[in-house]
Amino acid sequence: MAILEVNNIHAYYGNIQALRGISVTVEEGEIVTLIGANGAGKTTTLRAISRLVNPREGSIQFDGEDLSQFKAHELVYKGVAMVPEGRGIFAKLTVGENLDMGAFSRDDSANIQEDLERVFDLFPRLKERRSQVAGTLSGGEQQMLATGRALMANPRLLLMDEPSMGLAPVLVESVFETIQRINKEGTTILLVEQNAMMAFQVANRGYVLQTGEIVLSDSVENLRQNEMVQKAYLGVE
Amino acid sequence: MLRRLQDVNVLDLVLWVFRAVIIVIVVWGTIATLIENPYPAQTWTETIVAGIAQGSLYALIAIGYTLVYGVLFMINFAHGEFFMSGIMTATIFLAQPMSETGFLDNYPVLSLLLITIVTMTVSVAIALLTERVAYRPLRKAPRLVPLITAIGASFFWQYFFRGLYGSEVKPFPQLASLAGKVSLGGIVILKTHIVVIVAAILMLIGLYGFVMRTKTGKSIRAVAENKDVAALMGIDVDRAVSITFAVGASMAGIAGVLYAIVFRQVHFFMGFIPGIKAFTAAVLGGIGSIPGAALGGLFLGMFESVGPGLFLEGLGIPAPHQLKDVIAFTMLVLVLIFRPQGILGERLAEEKA
Ligand SMILES: Nc1ncnc2c1ncn2[C@@H]1O[C@H](COP(=O)(O)OP(=O)(O)O)[C@@H](O)[C@H]1O
Ligand SMILES: [Mg+2]
Repeated sequence: MAILEVNNIHAYYGNIQALRGISVTVEEGEIVTLIGANGAGKTTTLRAISRLVNPREGSIQFDGEDLSQFKAHELVYKGVAMVPEGRGIFAKLTVGENLDMGAFSRDDSANIQEDLERVFDLFPRLKERRSQVAGTLSGGEQQMLATGRALMANPRLLLMDEPSMGLAPVLVESVFETIQRINKEGTTILLVEQNAMMAFQVANRGYVLQTGEIVLSDSVENLRQNEMVQKAYLGVE
Repeated sequence: MLRRLQDVNVLDLVLWVFRAVIIVIVVWGTIATLIENPYPAQTWTETIVAGIAQGSLYALIAIGYTLVYGVLFMINFAHGEFFMSGIMTATIFLAQPMSETGFLDNYPVLSLLLITIVTMTVSVAIALLTERVAYRPLRKAPRLVPLITAIGASFFWQYFFRGLYGSEVKPFPQLASLAGKVSLGGIVILKTHIVVIVAAILMLIGLYGFVMRTKTGKSIRAVAENKDVAALMGIDVDRAVSITFAVGASMAGIAGVLYAIVFRQVHFFMGFIPGIKAFTAAVLGGIGSIPGAALGGLFLGMFESVGPGLFLEGLGIPAPHQLKDVIAFTMLVLVLIFRPQGILGERLAEEKA
């Protein structure tokens, strides 16, 4: 059974329709990527899954449970965490406090400590800057913090919204290495990206979004061969 | 240099003149007073201590403005009524009967504790009710809407309690053990002022510890920065907002008890002026900042207390102490013009909502 099943959702901002029947399936252990141009509806899809946006139609099931019965703040207790668009770190809180907030939903302090070590192992930089105010971090460090914070919830499904956005090419490489590593350690990932080239290197399958609709879905091997994908997202003439 | 002069516009010029006039008045008045030297040293120390005590009250009330602004970017003008409602209720149902039966003077500590608990409970209940009924449904409305609602809520509670308890001034009994003065290292201080200052310091330290160190405190700061992301962390934003209101109202409740101990009377309108003064203090210190609220309160209390005698007396103004509210609100206007971000904080922001 799929861990996440998004079924034909329609979502609106006021009267503007942002999603026109999106269906996405993610199997346990996969990395699935959602690519598409600016404004295609990628962020809205993730926000609908995490209940920050309430779809008018369609259903979302996580682990066989209908998510519409939950509020946004209850989702992390179900095992869904998100690295939001633009990272969304708490700039006035310290790095350590940001990570504490990541573990807000938990009270198993021994395991939290273990996960903190794991995050520091993944991002030694965060350990160095633990007591520093998060707003003073560089873009790359903020991305590490947003990812580390999401991992502190010990999620089964990690939603990532354009983690490579605005980062220098060297840092982009390491972001995708990290994504792969997190996945190998057992977390299922739904990855939203505009950088299709990089996303295809780590993902198993991909969906292509255009103006609120899925226009293609396939394995990344097949997507790479697809002429439309090559032209629109991989820059092949 | 010449280029810079050309860039100066008329408004800047007027503002500079305004600044200069204020500074001249203050300096001139101060010098004149010091030359005349109309008061003995004891009067000055008393005035300063009274200023610190008054400032401590402002600081406690200002916390509520600053916390709510920090989390919702809203000026809760009904906060003065949270301050009033608790101590009014406790005075009528607890302090006055306890005084008549002699319980108050037989068990002063226990009595004060009971009064404080009842006061805080009522203040918090009124705050939670106001937030739930009047503010929460408007959380996504344009910012002017909750502001107007808050003013409406303020009037609502004033007249609600006036209807409930009557419009006359109600005496708050004097505690025999807190009557009179003590001498501390040569300075003679009213006992009630010591109680106010010590209690305020303890409360402010406790509050700061709560906000900075506890999980709930951190979650409130997270909600203040980004509600959606806070929700993704598993933080119930509505609950965090309620807690914020409750914490602010408890501080206001304590301030109410301390106010009653010092001034020995309560009234349905008693929250209005202290409320606006505390708001001024919060803006002065930098709204949104907790140390700012404390500092702003202290600063305002001191200025109000020392100011009339220090720089208005020397100008030959006949009744300078009647002008302390003028000083307070002049300061508010000056801060809003020249340093809207306050001493420690951020600008009263348009774009942040
Ligand atoms: N808060 C909002 N209010 C109104 N329209 C929005 C809002 N957020 C997104 N939209 C619109 O919804 C559509 C999808 O946006 P989004 O999901 O952010 O796309 P993407 O993440 O793929 O760039 C766009 O047309 C965008 O303009
Ligand atoms: Mg987006």
